[in-house]
This record gives sequence, C-alpha cells and structure tokens, in this order.
Amino acid sequence: MEFPDDLKYSREHEWVLVEGSVATVGISAFAESQLGDVVFVELPAVGDSVSKDEAMGVVESVKAVSDVYSPISGTVLEVNDDLPESTELVNDDPYGDGWMVKIEMTDVTDLDDLMDAEEYQKFIAESEG
Amino acid sequence: MSLLRTPLYEAHRAAGARLVEFAGWEMPVQYEGILAEHAMVRERAGLFDVSHMGQVEVRGAEALARLQWITANDVSRLADGRAQYNLLMLPTGGIVDDVIIYRHSADRYLVCVNASNRTGDVAHMIEHRGAAEVVDRSDEFALLALQGPLAVDLMSDLAAADVTAVPTFAFVETEVAGAPCLLARTGYTGEDGWEVYCPANRAVEIWNAILERGASRGVGPVGLGARDTLRLEAALPLYGHELDRETSPFEARLGWVVRLDKGDFIAADALRRQKQEGPRRKLVGIDIGKGAVPRQDYPVLRGDRRVGMLTSGTRSPTLGKGIALGYVEPQSSPVGTELAVEIRGRAVPGRVVPLPFYRRSAS
Repeated sequence: MEFPDDLKYSREHEWVLVEGSVATVGISAFAESQLGDVVFVELPAVGDSVSKDEAMGVVESVKAVSDVYSPISGTVLEVNDDLPESTELVNDDPYGDGWMVKIEMTDVTDLDDLMDAEEYQKFIAESEG
Repeated sequence: MSLLRTPLYEAHRAAGARLVEFAGWEMPVQYEGILAEHAMVRERAGLFDVSHMGQVEVRGAEALARLQWITANDVSRLADGRAQYNLLMLPTGGIVDDVIIYRHSADRYLVCVNASNRTGDVAHMIEHRGAAEVVDRSDEFALLALQGPLAVDLMSDLAAADVTAVPTFAFVETEVAGAPCLLARTGYTGEDGWEVYCPANRAVEIWNAILERGASRGVGPVGLGARDTLRLEAALPLYGHELDRETSPFEARLGWVVRLDKGDFIAADALRRQKQEGPRRKLVGIDIGKGAVPRQDYPVLRGDRRVGMLTSGTRSPTLGKGIALGYVEPQSSPVGTELAVEIRGRAVPGRVVPLPFYRRSAS
C-alpha cells in the first residue's frame, strides 16, 4: 500500500497535496481499500466554502457510506468532473486521477495538524491493532 | 465468545479475503472486489463458501407429516432426489425462516437453513417434531456453491455422476473431487449452478479442486458481498431484510409458496385470513437510476408522503444503477408508480419496476 512522501494526511484518511495556497484533496489508499469498490461520489460545488474537519462530500461503496472530510478551510476552486462517471478512479489511482477537490486555503496553519507519510502509516498501524 | 470459522477459513486468508462478522461467523466479504466477483459469476462462474448455513435432518415415519405441519409449501410434492423452497411458519402466519428441503426418501429429509436462524429453526422443529427425529447435522457438513454459466460444465469434470442429467431443484449423491457429496442444482444468484453439501473434513480439498480446475477458465472465489448483489439483482429474498417473523408470505411475493390446499398446518388459519383480507403492504422492486446507493431502512416517499421503507438496496453491478426491494402501501405498488427514496435527507426519484431486476438468458 502506497503513501507518497510529498503528501500530507489527515486522521480521517484524506491526503493533501499543497501547491502554494492551493490544496488538492483525495482519500488515501488505506481508505479506498477499506471501502472496497467505490460506486458513487458526491462532491461539493465550485465556489462552496469548506471548513476544516467538516464533511464536504460522500463516498459510497457497495457495502459502505463514508463522509469525506475537508482537512482544511477554504473555497472550492475545482472538482474532479471525471469522478461521477468513473468512480473506479478512486480505487485504481487514489492519489492521481482519483483526486477529488482543489481548495484555495484560507489558513495555511490548518496544515500543521496533518501527518506526513511516516506518521500516517504509524497512525494506521496503531488504529488497526 | 469468539467468531465461528468454517473449515475454509485458512483458505480464505491465504486467498487474501477481507473477513467480516456475519451471524456470528468470520466470513469472506470479498477477495479481489465485489464488482469483479459479481461479474465473474454472471460471465463465468464463482465459488462461494456458505458453510455457515445449517443442515437439519428430519427422519422417521412421521417426518413428512411434521414437516407439512410447520411449513407453508406442500412437502408431499417432493419425490426422492428433489428439492423445494419452503418457509418455516408461525401460527400467526409470520415466517421463521426460508429454507430448502431436500427429500432423500419418504422418511428422510434434509432442511438447509439460514445461518442467522439456525438455533431458532432447530428449536421450532424440535418443538413440533411429534414422533419424528430432528437432528442438527450442521457441524458434519461444509457447503460450497458453484454458480454461473460455466458451473455445469466445470462440475462435470469433477463429479462422478452425469451432472448434466440433474434437473434444476434436483440433487444426486455422488463423489465430487473424490469425496462423497450431496450435489444439488440449486442456488441463490440467479445463475445456473450447484450447491455442494460435503463432509466438513473434505471441504478444503474440494474447494481447492474446484478452484484449480476452474482457474484456467477464469473461475475464482466469491465473497458474501457479491452474494448479496447477485441475489438482489435476482430479487431473491434475504431473511432479516425482506422476511422476518412479522412478515406474511403474501406481503413478500411468496404467495406461490403457500399451499392452503395441502391440509391443515400450523399457519393455515392465519394465512387463510391474510389471503382474504389482502396484504397490508407489498414488496416491490424500485429503480432509482444512477447516483447515490439505496440501502436497507431508507424511507420510500410518494410526493411528500412516506409510503414505505427499503429492505435491501445496492448499486447493481450488472445494470449500473440503484436497485432496491422495499415494502410499500398496496396503492403504491403497481409497476410504474413514481416513488422516491430518501437518501441523506434528499428525495431521490425512482419508480416501481417489474421483478426480477435481472434474469439470465435461456441457455
């Protein structure tokens, strides 16, 4: 299972790619593996405000419904329009084509609460045991 | 108490299964993924471990009479080597379990029961056994199901008997991969195929033999996740969802199972009354198209009125859309009725469609 080093991770299993003040967000390989085959994704709309640690969308697999939380506060700049039709991208390429939302961050210090890849893997191991 | 495990537990782990709790058992919900496994069964074949289900034998000169007493269908219609879908009933007309009854002979029957109901079913059968013998043989058996268009062909390579001569809902006792089994042409997926009742201590070798022979034909193991999406597409009821002790067969589209002409039985009076009065609610199939996934307990709306509730739902892998079974008021049950399913506070539009959602093409 992959956890790219250049990403940050939340306790709710989202990943964040930071490029200046823009954060790209998706769900981690651990999350997609727990969910199983994703069949439905509900994302916020461009222009929506999102708040740190609040639900901004939903991911559904055959067996489960899961909220997607925003790891940071800000405004939605872009959503992945490929996702509704091709939900398998979340499973097949969670860090690449399975990205969900791009957010203009209002407070970069929100990132301080996130984990790096190593810390995230430890976090997963601890919560699994 | 820890979870129960079938004889195939280690085989599931070795195959990389995700194991979950089901009815007190640790069972594989998926191996490579629910969608892939579902497609494999529809297109080729898949192998299920359903050893958590129960097998109860009813024996003796009174076996038939006692089974007739506690069930809805007419067990006397069975001949040796035949199987029948039936319902264990309460005096109230409610359903204790849905089962398959296999007749070995006039005085020996095998009843296959749901894992979640095994204890209650055995108690119910013992309570009403009269002079018949009721023996819970579940621990002696493992149960595998091989289902899909390739299942008959694959089984002919593995079984001693000529399986192509076994009609649907019939069974033979024969060797499968060298082990003595009850091989039945029954199933829970809407596809052709087999349920293999085998000795528990031979289960692993039979499982491996089927998978080895099937590997080159794209046949692999299938978990309970795909078992549910398959049976739902075929509109087969699942106890605890469409059926429970408060549900009448007439509500559940199982009126065809009720044979009031077979003579008196435990639920005859209640069922006769229910048939006369008409059902208070009806089980329907609902299609909500693409989008969010319909699930058990979601409300069903008509306009701004709540008219029912879903008992099962999923995104159908074969049809690519949301399908559900649910109970609605009789006036909202005709095919074509425009309804909505409430999903996370939103009314998602859908309509009542004919059942089953999926029917396999004639071979």
